[in-house]
Amino acid sequence: MDAVLLSRIQFALTIGFHYIFPPLTIGLSWLIVWIMTKYKKTGDILYRNMARFWIKIFALSFAVGVASGIVMEFQFGTNWSEYSRFVGDIFGAPLAAEGIFAFFLESSFLAVLILGWNRVSVKTHWFASLMVAVGATLSAFWIIVANSWQQTPAGYHIVNGQAQLTNFWAAVFNPSTIPRYLHTVDGALITGALFMLGISAWFLLKGRHTDFAKKSLKMSLVVAFAAAVVELGLGHLHAIQVAFTQPEKLAAIEGCFETERRAPALIFGIPSRKDERIYAPVRVPGLLSLLAFGDLNAEVKGLKAFPKEDWPPLALTFFPFHLMVALGMYFIALTAFGIFLLWRKRLFENRLFLKLALWSIPLPFIANELGWISAEVGRQPWVVYHVLRTRDAISTSVPVEQLVFSLIMFALIYILLFAVWLFLIRREIRHGPEEANPSAGKEVPA
Amino acid sequence: MSALQVIWFFLIGGLLTVYAILDGYDLGIGFWHLFTKKDEDRRALLNAIGPVWDGNEVWLITGGGAIFAAFPHVYATVFSGLYLPLMLVLFALIFRAVSIEFRSKSPSAHWRNTWDTAFAIGSILPALLFGVAVGNILHGLPLDNSKNFAGAFSDLLNPYALLIGLVGFAALVTHGAVFATLKFEGDLARRAKKWASRGLYFYVVLFILASVVTALSQPQLLGNFMAIPVLWAFPLLVLAMIAMLAISNRKEKTRQAFVASSLSIVGLCGTAAASIFPTLVPALGKPEWSLTIANASSSQLTLTTMLVLALIGMPIVIGYTIWIHRTFGGKVKMEADLHY
Repeated sequence: MDAVLLSRIQFALTIGFHYIFPPLTIGLSWLIVWIMTKYKKTGDILYRNMARFWIKIFALSFAVGVASGIVMEFQFGTNWSEYSRFVGDIFGAPLAAEGIFAFFLESSFLAVLILGWNRVSVKTHWFASLMVAVGATLSAFWIIVANSWQQTPAGYHIVNGQAQLTNFWAAVFNPSTIPRYLHTVDGALITGALFMLGISAWFLLKGRHTDFAKKSLKMSLVVAFAAAVVELGLGHLHAIQVAFTQPEKLAAIEGCFETERRAPALIFGIPSRKDERIYAPVRVPGLLSLLAFGDLNAEVKGLKAFPKEDWPPLALTFFPFHLMVALGMYFIALTAFGIFLLWRKRLFENRLFLKLALWSIPLPFIANELGWISAEVGRQPWVVYHVLRTRDAISTSVPVEQLVFSLIMFALIYILLFAVWLFLIRREIRHGPEEANPSAGKEVPA
Repeated sequence: MSALQVIWFFLIGGLLTVYAILDGYDLGIGFWHLFTKKDEDRRALLNAIGPVWDGNEVWLITGGGAIFAAFPHVYATVFSGLYLPLMLVLFALIFRAVSIEFRSKSPSAHWRNTWDTAFAIGSILPALLFGVAVGNILHGLPLDNSKNFAGAFSDLLNPYALLIGLVGFAALVTHGAVFATLKFEGDLARRAKKWASRGLYFYVVLFILASVVTALSQPQLLGNFMAIPVLWAFPLLVLAMIAMLAISNRKEKTRQAFVASSLSIVGLCGTAAASIFPTLVPALGKPEWSLTIANASSSQLTLTTMLVLALIGMPIVIGYTIWIHRTFGGKVKMEADLHY
């Protein structure tokens, strides 16, 4: 096996596994802030128990996120040393900034959030929940800055074959940072909210902890619906940015081979790299031109306009992208159904909705992974778009046997961790929240 | 060599030193965890580090990011060159992180023993391998003329590096025991006191041995000390602090002992830094291929930007870190609401 492929598989595996957790914890963190706000305002013990329960789920997921996240901080050096030399002047700063401005904040205040119940005032505790959420959301910012610079590099020039910073803010706010950040964070809100929604639905289906479940269900439904609707706009914003800045990627995710005006949007199809065409297409004429450039007659560049060696892999961009969009539409439909039921005051009794909510728990996680895959595979064959090729970026001094060893170890460890995480999350959920009991756990007064 | 490069040498040295002090006691606790058999003792140890270990580890993550940003060639050369040991550290840190969170989730003895073992190994391996890595850097790495590691895994297991690894291990294990004397009362505190005095014995013997071996086998590391004699303060600080640690531990002045143990780690890191400055990674046999703060650093603009970010961010970090250590300071009380 060759070292480039092994390094890529290892990176995909480690980031793919890691990326299960941050969207969940970012999303949950803001719901926890909301619950803590309600608790601070009302002093209602039910909110306290809600917060305690969701913080437990949060902490378990956060631990696995931290454990798998530390790998990412070092892997550029271990497996992508030529990349690190090339981009170090630019790429290291956001990683360091992530530590300084985000990781310290979330890890420090998480301790207060988890352990603060009988040690700090309600106000301080609420503040800790806010800092955890802010830290988590900021960490997403810096990591998206770094990754977006790979997609649409800016604020640099090449000196002695290496990228050198010329303008920090231009590099930070490169053309794709803002659309990708908003799209990702909103995806995290959907993930956290649908997770809470599904679990609350399970409690209602089982008829357990119904007061707790109803409150959690309502809050998460509102967040999930708002975030899912907003994601339609943010996804669109991101697609427009791709259309303007990464035309090959747009062509690959949309499956366009020919350059044309009134370019159709493909609802379905099977792209073939070899035959340079789409099989079994289902098209909406002109829609892609309209969506990407706001004009039915706008020209959309097809893959054939680019050298074939610069094409991204097609199946791994086209299918994940289309599936992600389909899932996004489903989230809007599901949550709109829920909001309709809420309005008709039948939300807690409608078993169809509750079952759908329960079975939809894995879907936002899958959507996140699909989106990430289409974004990163769509950047290939470049590790820095149009600047550095992936095959030129790996560590040349690492023997292939060591790569095989580390890859196997990561696979085994992550399978184990995922299984244990699932087992423990199920256990926590089956155990359920503490029952509202006004005499238990007196708070330190604010 | 520019002023900014020198500043970043010290800043990264500072980050890694604080990491060694803070996460050092977590890793040390992980070692002693194996020496306790009762479940409540193990829980007590976990709860002593529970609120802070994660924040402590961030010093390493930030240190990694800062090396990447300030000295990208060091990040690229060392991490790819020390691939296997670093992977072992990462696997270990993964297990350490999740074990703390997972172990108390089930009362089953089998479950707890499994995660306790994972926690101990996850702590022991980094505590040892960080020192081995430092030893290898002090000793010099086989590099080629494109700044890449040109050796094999077996080169990293040279006796000198292993000796330095043992010094670091003894220091962190002692530090962990001292931290335990600070956090506990009664039987566990008495045992921690014994652990600390046993660890101290190894610490002082290994440190003196390593100093002698260095003087005899690695004369290139003495250059700075000969040129600037005040640098001898670092190794002397280690010895003085070990002595103070021994005295305060015997008298059960736990705070004083903890300060001494922390300062001894400052002395160790300072000694290592003083030995190689301004080189960052010496190339074995080919000094002209070494990575130095001059040829391995980022541009002046990046170093300046990073400095501004650090000056804005780090005071805030230090502020709330102190607040959190105070909030969770004091003795671990078993009857209180235990999380871990």
